[in-house]
Amino acid sequence: MFGFCSDPSTLDGFNWFACYLTSATHLNFYGAFVLVMVLLAVTAPAALGMGMLGALALRSRLWPLQGFGKIYVNIVRGVPDIVFFLFVPIALGQGLEWMLHQVRCPDWSEPIRQGTDFLVCPEAKIPPNGSPQWLYTTYSFGMAVLAFALVFGAFVANTLHGAMQAVPRAQVETAEAYGMTRRQAFRRVVLPQMWVYALPGLSNIWQILIKATPLLFLLGLQDIVYWARELGGQKTSLFSYPHPDWRMWYFLALLVFYLFLTWVSERVFAWLGRRLSHGQATAAGERLRKAGA
Amino acid sequence: MKKLILGLALTAFGTGTALAQDVVRMGSEGAYPPYNFINDATGELDGFERELGDAICERAGLTCEWVINDWDTIIPNLVSGNYDTIMAGMSITEARQEVISFSQNYLQPEPSAFIGLAGADPEMTMTGVVAAQSNTIQAGFIAESEADLLEFPTPDETIAALRNGEVDAVLADKAFLEPYVGDSGGELVFLGDDVLLGDGIGVGTRQSDDELRATLDGVIGEMKADGSLNTMITKWFGDETPLFE
Repeated sequence: MFGFCSDPSTLDGFNWFACYLTSATHLNFYGAFVLVMVLLAVTAPAALGMGMLGALALRSRLWPLQGFGKIYVNIVRGVPDIVFFLFVPIALGQGLEWMLHQVRCPDWSEPIRQGTDFLVCPEAKIPPNGSPQWLYTTYSFGMAVLAFALVFGAFVANTLHGAMQAVPRAQVETAEAYGMTRRQAFRRVVLPQMWVYALPGLSNIWQILIKATPLLFLLGLQDIVYWARELGGQKTSLFSYPHPDWRMWYFLALLVFYLFLTWVSERVFAWLGRRLSHGQATAAGERLRKAGA
Repeated sequence: MKKLILGLALTAFGTGTALAQDVVRMGSEGAYPPYNFINDATGELDGFERELGDAICERAGLTCEWVINDWDTIIPNLVSGNYDTIMAGMSITEARQEVISFSQNYLQPEPSAFIGLAGADPEMTMTGVVAAQSNTIQAGFIAESEADLLEFPTPDETIAALRNGEVDAVLADKAFLEPYVGDSGGELVFLGDDVLLGDGIGVGTRQSDDELRATLDGVIGEMKADGSLNTMITKWFGDETPLFE
């Protein structure tokens, strides 16, 4: 990074730390923070979308759809997250490769399962053999997003379903009296007003999602917890920057990072709550009305 | 989300057949100096196995790419095809050979050693609590001895546990422990006698990958014969490590 870093063994004090904290491994560590933020930014809308579909299924008057929604929500909520993170990438990864294998290599005669090995033809490999490392990373990242969206979508579905039920029945009745269909009443009356009821539940799920991001390492992605453990561990004189066991400081930094993220989210949700309560027939909406008057 | 997966699948579809098939992905742990570790100055995988692996690939005319994976899942990920070889200081043992295959060894069976805090009773290696990395031959050895085993996912954590007083001794490959003892200024010492475990260290491959294993065997044999492997071993492990005749 800096010119004077070329021979770390001659450094001490401030310069040593300046070089140490900008070493290549530390830059990877900082990059991992970006990875976590990107994961959150992609996963949250994906889980919200999944949850919306789930909630609509739960509300549906078609019994197969409603049954499907119930099965999804109850299974996912009842199974430990970690099991899903181990199951989804392996099952889905092998499933996709198996399908590609059937399409592309109909003449393949060898069995796909040989003992413990899972062998598809080279054309069915995802990513294809010879791909650059970033494609492998993106693929695992996609799997991670999918696993997160599946798990958190189930919680979101339940929250949204509850919020839809919480919109006062009188409002829907009024809409019906105006001649709106069930669908119109849902789109114009229930959907805009349900968010205020969903918000406390959604903010809970968001906080849990933030805390769940370290599960990334299960999918072979090097997240901040991996790097904190790797960098904090004792480095013998074999390394350029030898130091004793500093894991405590690295984990302390993670603690501060996660607390900061929580603090920012708290504020955003408080602001959202104020906005959404405006003009609502809830206690918070009533307070806003009085303060404004 | 589904679009993303579909998109990836389609990318895979488009490029699948055009690319060369001889890229070999090499799995390693990156946490076991001097066998394999992440160089803090470059951020790249470094160590004896990196140098050896690159040399093997060059001689065999293969394009190789290194992948870092957790030790605990290093065999399952090989078997399911995330990479093609393991070079991670993995000893050849019968239990592992039930799941994967090994090339001929590139390191002789090396001594494993116990370390403890200065002044510790060497008897502790037999009767006390001994730390080892999980799923290693050392952990297997302790589990069958009289001592109590405490396992850790990374080798570095075993040393930290010894310093904290959580365990009485650590059992690991001697070559891994030597720098820790040397750097500690007398705080850590070797305890008791060394033990010889396993049949040496080899490259792990899938059992069905006969062709790759034959290539590796050929090149390793060649490097043993012309002495270049011995030079590399001496460079990374010092003069006392057993060499190939």
